Amino acid sequence: MAEAIAFYVIAAFILGFAVLVVSTKDTVHSVLFLVLDFLFVAALYVLLQAPFLAAIQVLVYAGGIVVLYLFVVMLVNLKRPPEAHQDPHRRTKLGLGLAAAVLLELGAILVYTSTRPGTPVAAGGTLPVTGNTEQVGWLLYTNYLIPFEIASMLLLVAMIGAIVLAKREL
Amino acid sequence: MITPTHYMLLSAALFVIGVIGVMARRNIIIIFMSIELILNAVNINLIAFSAQLQNAIGQVFAIFVIAVAAAEAAVGLGIILAFYRNKETVNIDEMNLMRW
Repeated sequence: MAEAIAFYVIAAFILGFAVLVVSTKDTVHSVLFLVLDFLFVAALYVLLQAPFLAAIQVLVYAGGIVVLYLFVVMLVNLKRPPEAHQDPHRRTKLGLGLAAAVLLELGAILVYTSTRPGTPVAAGGTLPVTGNTEQVGWLLYTNYLIPFEIASMLLLVAMIGAIVLAKREL
Repeated sequence: MITPTHYMLLSAALFVIGVIGVMARRNIIIIFMSIELILNAVNINLIAFSAQLQNAIGQVFAIFVIAVAAAEAAVGLGIILAFYRNKETVNIDEMNLMRW
């Protein structure tokens, strides 16, 4: 019961802040709503017994990525907002139609899967460690070691690429 | 009782809000934030199934998604800055330098 109340409250906040992120005119307000959205997603991770992911979410998303967004929003000081002038090529209606098509598709998948009997899924393999953080760390450094190293290489390349792109002259 | 279906519905709703943001807005910074919302929807799904199956592999993949999202944000915002320096705009309708 308490879990249900927590879920519905957190879900309402997540969806409400998401709507505000995409609908607010002021970009800075949009970024701040994004922070709140990420924090509520982290709360949902705690509800799902994934406290390590919740910490990662707060540190990386709410702490790192959003600061990056704020820097860029304040570096590109917009004298005229992009949506202020009406240009004839605006395709908002088309965009909303395509988003509605995605919604229909998701509904069709939901109906399709709910009418079929679910295939039983094998329970998770037993790991030699207990505790959420220990389990994630164990998997990262045994079965998923090569993807982990590739992800670190990707982050290095992205860091160099961002510096090269944002620097005025090399 | 909260089942994985509830989490899937929340994830689908968040995904569609992100798609609306990508499709309907013209400010490229807002479009990038909508992409972050979409990636968060994917993460909610992964972790809901991880909790349902009592298996931490879903959380490992969520970590990879977060790493890729961080890389994407860094490079994408670098591109926005480089573009803004040349054209003084963040409207995607005016980003047609590569159009043939």
